[in-house]
Amino acid sequence: MSHTAEHTTHLAHHFADAQQQADTAKLGTWVFLLTEVLLFGGLFCFYSIYRSWNPEIFHNAHKFLNVWLGATNTVVLIVSSLTMALAIRCMQLGERKKTIWFLVATVLLAGTFMVIKYFEYSHKIHLGQLPGQWYTFTEIAGTNPHIFFSAYFLMTGLHGFHVLGGIGLIIWLIIKTARGGFSPEYYTPIEMTGLYWHLVDLIWIFLFPLFYLIG
Amino acid sequence: MSNHSTEHHHILPLRVYFSVAAALLAFTVITVIIAQFQFGEFNLLIAMIIAAIKASLVALFFMHLKYDNRIYAVVFVGSLMFLAVFVIFTMFDTLRRGDIYEEVAHPLHDARIYHQTITPADTSRTSSDTTHSSDKPAESGHH
Amino acid sequence: MNESKGIKSWLLTLDHKRIGILYLISVMSAFLAGGIFALLIRFELISPGKELFDADGYNQVFTLHGAIMIFMFLIPSIPAAFGNFVMPLMIGAKDVAFPRLNLASWYVYMAGAGFALYAIFSGGIDTGWTFYTPYSTSTTTAVIPMTFGVFVMGFSSIFTGLNFIVTIHKLRAPGITWFKMPLFVWGIYATALIQVLATPVLGITLALLIVERFAGIGIFDPAMGGDPVLFQHFFWFYSHPAVYIMILPGMAIISELIATFSHRHIFGYKFIAFSSLGIAITGFLVWGHHMFISGQSDLSSLIFSFITFFVGVPSGIKIFNWIATMYKGSISLRAPMLWAIAFLLEFSIGGFTGIVLGALSLDVHLHDTYFVVAHFHYVMVGGTVMALFGGLHYWWPKIWGRMYNETLAVIAAVLVFIGFNVTFFIQFIMGTQGMPRRYYTYLPQFEGMHGFSSIGALIMAVGFFLIGGYLVYAMFKGKPAGPNPWKALTMEWETQSPPLAGNFEGTPKLRHGPYDYDKVVAENAVPEYMHEPHR
Repeated sequence: MSHTAEHTTHLAHHFADAQQQADTAKLGTWVFLLTEVLLFGGLFCFYSIYRSWNPEIFHNAHKFLNVWLGATNTVVLIVSSLTMALAIRCMQLGERKKTIWFLVATVLLAGTFMVIKYFEYSHKIHLGQLPGQWYTFTEIAGTNPHIFFSAYFLMTGLHGFHVLGGIGLIIWLIIKTARGGFSPEYYTPIEMTGLYWHLVDLIWIFLFPLFYLIG
Repeated sequence: MSNHSTEHHHILPLRVYFSVAAALLAFTVITVIIAQFQFGEFNLLIAMIIAAIKASLVALFFMHLKYDNRIYAVVFVGSLMFLAVFVIFTMFDTLRRGDIYEEVAHPLHDARIYHQTITPADTSRTSSDTTHSSDKPAESGHH
Repeated sequence: MNESKGIKSWLLTLDHKRIGILYLISVMSAFLAGGIFALLIRFELISPGKELFDADGYNQVFTLHGAIMIFMFLIPSIPAAFGNFVMPLMIGAKDVAFPRLNLASWYVYMAGAGFALYAIFSGGIDTGWTFYTPYSTSTTTAVIPMTFGVFVMGFSSIFTGLNFIVTIHKLRAPGITWFKMPLFVWGIYATALIQVLATPVLGITLALLIVERFAGIGIFDPAMGGDPVLFQHFFWFYSHPAVYIMILPGMAIISELIATFSHRHIFGYKFIAFSSLGIAITGFLVWGHHMFISGQSDLSSLIFSFITFFVGVPSGIKIFNWIATMYKGSISLRAPMLWAIAFLLEFSIGGFTGIVLGALSLDVHLHDTYFVVAHFHYVMVGGTVMALFGGLHYWWPKIWGRMYNETLAVIAAVLVFIGFNVTFFIQFIMGTQGMPRRYYTYLPQFEGMHGFSSIGALIMAVGFFLIGGYLVYAMFKGKPAGPNPWKALTMEWETQSPPLAGNFEGTPKLRHGPYDYDKVVAENAVPEYMHEPHR
């Protein structure tokens, strides 16, 4: 059994072997994702309640969201999940350059998402379609139409914040990969960041119909 | 120990990744199209079902839950179950707040407390005197 | 512990034992601060009318007492201090799964505490520790710094919980299966599950409150279509499971104390283990019992009241099993055992009165009275704090390698027991007679009872200060304690006192169950190690 393989896996002293270390990282990441589900879940609960109390406002207000921009963003994130998964696969096969390209693609797609969101947000700000007391738009029928925009900005805002976090993590991965920090024996941080990124995609998969496709 | 074919190193073939991505995109198109039709209450249900299918594809394949140790799936599904409790139990309140108006309008017919009007002069009157119909709740209720 | 010296080696440590000690210092400091506020409360309530505070000032005092005690003391206390120090030793691990995350959790806690401290000095806070809207969104006190501090401390709790779940799943030494772990570990595990599931919801709740205060978007404001009761749902979805974060580690300690000081195999190991999980899970289903008079629907009040009756069952199972463990045991009434017995008596009262409050019809009258105050102090102080001090005395010789003075320890335990019951039992009676909570003044008929209660608080304080004195003395001047002064059988007693930096010299071999008192005699056992390839 080769000991050099263990040295390149950066084995921490309190682990018995690399497999235990990798499994530990994975379980830790999944428990972290559990906390993210509960965090966003609070806002999904908020959305459910206010939509059940104000169905007509949600219906009327959603028409002012651009379905095509929303759908484009959905496609962008799905493709970014693909590129992230492919990045991991490339490192599993030891193809360092391709790993970097796929990571870069993921960052660019994530950036595209944020740019589209920027345009959506600035449009709403311009029209006064804002939460609570900041709401000045007049063309949505119903009482308290600002509630829709409270939910919209809170949820897409928290989500966007997580996209930014993901971009930061992936940039760090790009740098570390370029410096040879990973190998087919050790790519745990890429894999764990991938799990995080897929969750960000997953949350948007629900946000999209809840805000853009209200029947 | 030189066993590298553990789940940690399980490498999915490219076609799996691309088929899943294609399915995700297809379902996105489907959900946008279906949303153009008016199915009333069902629009939400259908959209959520499609979203759940997409989410499952991401979780099972991109996140490797199908191929990994079951514990990770337990963690993920567990989180969703607790979230469901949060939403459902809160809605036991928020969706049924209006019940109180029904109760005030139509109190239980043998709950005589709803029929009593208590004033100082009425101490001789007993509750069995009252056989009022249910249309006097405002007099006796505590508001 | 005996290894590197100097403050930097402590502040940059990755050793779970040192992190446990850092936490111990922090949470005991918080206990002191919260305790001082408690004494201020009891002083104010000696007679009606203003002693030190008017109504607004009093609102600040009880809010800070509650917020400090719950968020800065009780929630982290046992897991972060003892879970960190002892749990890895009990499972034969060299450290927790993520040592850097562990250290980060302590710094995050301190950062959160910093914000809370800032809040205290920049206007204070008068909303009650529950921060209910609409008052919390409109009061001029420092709500945002305080709630942000609590928000930050929540992350510390999440990090600890995450770390412990993964550690217990992945880092048990070979042979230590789930059912060969000490019950302390089961309790810490169940607690950790709650920490990761519930605390994120606290996070989003406080974030919404801060956004609401800052930007006024009306999410809890009826005038803008919002709902203040929604805040309560969000808040209690965390805060009810939070009380189980507080009690489960206490129960975890009690299992160890009862077994060791009865020198007997624990009765119903699996029942105790599964009841911890049962409490953790059912604890998520009952939060609305804090909201019976909030205006929530009758349906939800019914459902929450009904389920609340079930949540007492797993706790009751534990009490029976602990008593059964003591039966025909060789009882040793050393200080840790006195704390454990106090727990059994006081937690039972607290638990029973919780069921009383869970009965919807009774709660309508008892809500917001001193009955509630007495109930939760019986479980949080009579439960968690008794268990914590029992554990403190139990593991003190392991942590420092020195023993405290037993006579003083017994005196202190008795003082706290008497003081506690004098303070709080009478509050049940006050509550049933209608004394409302959070009031700085009251009707003359309550003066005698309040005075009696305040005397109890003074007795308790004397007891706690005495403990502080002899424990600190023991750290430096106590008689050297060997590896196993209590002749206990869990694995932490097989290491030195204090343990080596790496805990064990190799991977320890499990030779007997944690409570096999009928099979094994635990003289100063020398651990056996697995044969390992040289690394």
